[in-house]
Amino acid sequence: MMVTVKRVVLDILKPHQPNALEFSRAIAETGVDYHVRLTVIEVDQNTESVQVEVQGSAVDFEEVQSAITGMGGSLHSIDLVEVQSRSDMG
Amino acid sequence: MSLLQQARFLLRITRTHHIVRRYFVVNGFDGALTMMGLITGFIISAPDNLTVIINVCLGAAIALGMSGISSAYVSEVAERKRALGKLEEAMVADLQESAHGDAARWVPLLLALVNGSAPLVISLLILLPIWLSNIGTPLPVPPLYAAIGVALLLVFLLGVFLGRIADISWLRSGIQTLLVAVVTAALIYLLAGY
Repeated sequence: MMVTVKRVVLDILKPHQPNALEFSRAIAETGVDYHVRLTVIEVDQNTESVQVEVQGSAVDFEEVQSAITGMGGSLHSIDLVEVQSRSDMG
Repeated sequence: MSLLQQARFLLRITRTHHIVRRYFVVNGFDGALTMMGLITGFIISAPDNLTVIINVCLGAAIALGMSGISSAYVSEVAERKRALGKLEEAMVADLQESAHGDAARWVPLLLALVNGSAPLVISLLILLPIWLSNIGTPLPVPPLYAAIGVALLLVFLLGVFLGRIADISWLRSGIQTLLVAVVTAALIYLLAGY
């Protein structure tokens, strides 16, 4: 049985820089077919809360998290997960 | 990401790209005027040994470069540490391993290199005609006057660069900086000539 992550929605606190475009791009670069959607929820003086949705045929959560912390972001919560199981026998 | 892209990225996230420009122009201008002042002094003194002139000017150029590197590095390390501390406070997280941590380590070095290399490179360009003449290359004008010409051209180009940044007339901006150089040379002639 193989389980793959198809979609995750993350609540992240990040500095203003890198901006939303660079931040999303860095996350998308961790996979080959990722579709990343970033929504800014709240803007403070030095930080902003964003919701990031990552979709792909097999989302590597560790890599996504590593890209987030690499850009200075901090993962607050995993708000939605979509996984799929598939039998190895085909 | 290439080294240049990485440098641009770090400057962008720390919003220091405008500081690089400012350091380049301010210290480049310093280098050009210092060399012009030295060479004008040599023209007044009329020495016949070009090697002495080259050594004196090279000494000043290296000192300007070192001064630019060390002063910018010390002040920028403090600035970047403070900025990172404030950001860590806001994020309630340690950012040492993030791009911001990298920026706090590398941006001071980048700014220091620009601050130091600008006067050094500009000074070396101004010294080029004197050095060429010293190794026997024929020049259409005497080497010290050729060096003054290069200095004026570089000062004008720095003005043009400033004009383009400010989105004002490049010619007007170039002439403004050129005037500063001409007034400097005139002052040296007036005060050092007696």
